[in-house]
Amino acid sequence: MTTHISKAPGAGTPAPRTTLLRAITAAGGLATVASTFLAWTWTSDFPGDLTVYGYPGGLQVLTLALGLATLLFAVAALDVRGLRWLTPAGSTAALRLLALGAFATTWFTLLAIAVDQGGLVNLEPGGWVAAVATAVPVATAFLLTDDTRPVCRPRQLPSWADILIIAAVFALGLYVVNYGIQTDEDNPEPFIGYLIALCFAAAAFLKAGLITRLSGLTSTYRSLTLVAALVTALVFPFTQDKASYTELGVNIAIFATVALGLNIVVGLAGLLDLGYVAFLGVGAYTAALVSGTAASTIHVTFPFWAAMLAGALASLVFGVLIGAPTLRLRGDYLAIVTLGFGEIFRIAVSNLDGTSGPSVTNGPNGVPNIPPLEIFGFNFDDEHSFAGFTLDSNSNYYLLMLLVTVIVVLIFSRAGNSRIGRAWVAIREDETAATAMGINGFRVKLIAFALGATLAGVAGTIWAHVQTTVVPEQYVFAGPVPPNSTFLLAAVILGGMGTIGGPLLGAALLFLIPEKLEFLQDYQLLAFGIALILLMRFRPEGIIPNRRQQLEYHETGQLDVPDQAALSGSAVGVTKAEA
Amino acid sequence: MTTTTVAQAAPVLTATGVTMRFGGLTAVRSVDLDVHPGEIVGLIGPNGAGKTTFFNCLTGLYVPTEGRVAYRGTVLPPKPHLVTQAGIARTFQNIRLFANMTVLENVLVGRHTRTKEGLWSALLRGPGFKRAEAASKARAMELLEFTGLAAKADHLSRNLPYGEQRKLEIARALASDPGLLLLDEPTAGMNPQETRATEELVFAIRDTGTAVLVIEHDMRFIFNLCDRVAVLVQGEKLVEGSSDVVQSDERVIAAYLGTPFEGEPGAEEAAAVEAAEARTEEDGQ
Ligand SMILES: Nc1ncnc2c1ncn2[C@@H]1O[C@H](COP(=O)(O)OP(=O)(O)OP(=O)(O)O)[C@@H](O)[C@H]1O
Ligand SMILES: [Mg+2]
Repeated sequence: MTTHISKAPGAGTPAPRTTLLRAITAAGGLATVASTFLAWTWTSDFPGDLTVYGYPGGLQVLTLALGLATLLFAVAALDVRGLRWLTPAGSTAALRLLALGAFATTWFTLLAIAVDQGGLVNLEPGGWVAAVATAVPVATAFLLTDDTRPVCRPRQLPSWADILIIAAVFALGLYVVNYGIQTDEDNPEPFIGYLIALCFAAAAFLKAGLITRLSGLTSTYRSLTLVAALVTALVFPFTQDKASYTELGVNIAIFATVALGLNIVVGLAGLLDLGYVAFLGVGAYTAALVSGTAASTIHVTFPFWAAMLAGALASLVFGVLIGAPTLRLRGDYLAIVTLGFGEIFRIAVSNLDGTSGPSVTNGPNGVPNIPPLEIFGFNFDDEHSFAGFTLDSNSNYYLLMLLVTVIVVLIFSRAGNSRIGRAWVAIREDETAATAMGINGFRVKLIAFALGATLAGVAGTIWAHVQTTVVPEQYVFAGPVPPNSTFLLAAVILGGMGTIGGPLLGAALLFLIPEKLEFLQDYQLLAFGIALILLMRFRPEGIIPNRRQQLEYHETGQLDVPDQAALSGSAVGVTKAEA
Repeated sequence: MTTTTVAQAAPVLTATGVTMRFGGLTAVRSVDLDVHPGEIVGLIGPNGAGKTTFFNCLTGLYVPTEGRVAYRGTVLPPKPHLVTQAGIARTFQNIRLFANMTVLENVLVGRHTRTKEGLWSALLRGPGFKRAEAASKARAMELLEFTGLAAKADHLSRNLPYGEQRKLEIARALASDPGLLLLDEPTAGMNPQETRATEELVFAIRDTGTAVLVIEHDMRFIFNLCDRVAVLVQGEKLVEGSSDVVQSDERVIAAYLGTPFEGEPGAEEAAAVEAAEARTEEDGQ
């Protein structure tokens, strides 16, 4: 066990020992950076090219980024002018996390080389240098005393600087997302390394107070932030060069939108809906049946806007039919009934095949060969060129889906921030008190439930065309491939209930991780479970906490319970790491 | 039964024969109570007397087993939101704020029945919606000023100190512009200064034209405040009348301190002890 420095350094002038430790940490960061320019292994069998002297490749890039961050933060901790903005909430916690991140990423890489290629002999001297160089900052960072302080008010910058910062953050965000999406699909190592690096870096930025600063900035420039987010999302397909990447993009856009719709029901109104995927199914089946495919039992061809409307209406009707009898009840009844409804939908759809029941859905075979969308002569299956960029079919659907996402985001924020949205939150907080304040609980809950169902239906109509086939087995309660109700609910809870960014981020992560880590497929549900348990222990408010939980940043300095929980959580993490 | 002497305007609240049974337990037994406009009426009684249960019957949270509750002459349906809509608002004995909403949002929720913007107008954000939102906010801020919470409008309600949470409950209830306000132990857990301030607040509420029916265990508070006090004991209304009448009623004192059994064997001894005490006192003087 390490001994802690007992004498606190005087305010302003850190003890010489602290300065020394910080300097060593910085040196370690520099050494880490340098080590990534060496070859770590001689064999190019390992994914990414780690055999080159002179420039980093593959997983070395991640070590480089974290080493560089460690270096910068350590220099900032040494009170060098011009870098102090990096650590508004103290540097030690961030340094520990960054050093640990570089250490974990590097050692993971080295061990993966040894395991994959059969032995430590496969490591070049550069690998050993990296191993040592990343261990040093960890040791020194944990010897430093904690200097966590409340985030001070930021210095007033000219607004063009603020705007530039926002733009840079979104550009960086796009780069980071693209890096993850474009990692090697055949080997899990790069993506695992990416996840490790991302987790530690995000935690470090949070601890340094940068995230708090950033959210202060984005709330000052709200509309600008929204535009920046939209532009980033629009640019995304133009930065992809493989159909498999754009396919990831369109799937993430669909599931993120559906998760956001579910967030109205679960996050705002507090109604636990365990059969939400059925509404996606209702929309998808409706669109499939009216799409004009030969497999459809009703031989009509709706234009897409009409199909979308039909899908939305069908889901709305189902939502009201399920909601009306159950929403009068309180508590867990709704969860049980919606769980049942989800399963009934799947089973009913697989039996409406003409033998077990009326012929509507072709039973387990589903409705195949759904023709591509065509809006105003724009065929979504063809490649289209814009200003030198070629957009493939997936990108076309992605851009259409993005439009729906924007609409759902607008609906979420407008409804949430109104009389009806306040009534939802009030019902979620305390239903008895809410009804005593004059809220018709049943009516308000039914509106939330039906709205959520309608939005899922809309997304379903597009999904049917992206998939070109709808089959009942896609709409299960829990399963290895999204969408399923558990997946959607986990996305909402993981990301942060009641927020807009939460479900979007949660769905993206939950979709991307199993896609990239194929060996996880069989254990996906187990991994979900473990991830959710860890989340409930360390960050119960989700990755992106609710606005209400961010009020902590107010001048009045009021305390917030979830953040205290998060603090104690990280304290546990630190003790474990020290032990 | 004591009747009020002055002829008064039609009552805001008329409860007749309200009875509430939970299985074998009769928590409220055939209680009649009127509250007139501009009145502050107190409801007192020992713990478990059925005061809160009576409130729940009035506000539709419980459906009374028997009896009738009318607001300004119209019988109320036993649905809480319709009762609030009609004009009766309440606070809760065990504070039930919307903990994760801000102080302002709590009061805005209280405005729910007095505004009517639905989902469509929220999505379309027309001028009507903006006007209604602004009016709601203005009214809510006014109420926060009135209760002295305006400075904390942006705080989460769970972060307020206890006394202010009680005030916020009152502000939230007032937001529905009620004709009758039901307060369930509004000073529980408050220090004497806060209790005084709450007294002033209740007077101020009455002066705005809202009748008040208040449950409280703090007798000084009740007798300072109330025009009329009703005493509930074991679900039954024992006495009703002015502060003086209630204060000097032996049955009330007995109900609070406990009555000796009729013909209790110890009664004579008790009398003897009392006599002895009286004598020692005389000796001392
Ligand atoms: N929902 C219920 N089910 C069963 N019994 C109940 C219920 N609500 C209240 N009671 C019982 O009714 C009686 C009256 O309770 P009530 O809460 O109305 O008393 P109170 O006068 O408000 O007391 P206090 O001064 O302690 O608040 C108690 O015996 C209580 O246990
Ligand atoms: Mg009570």
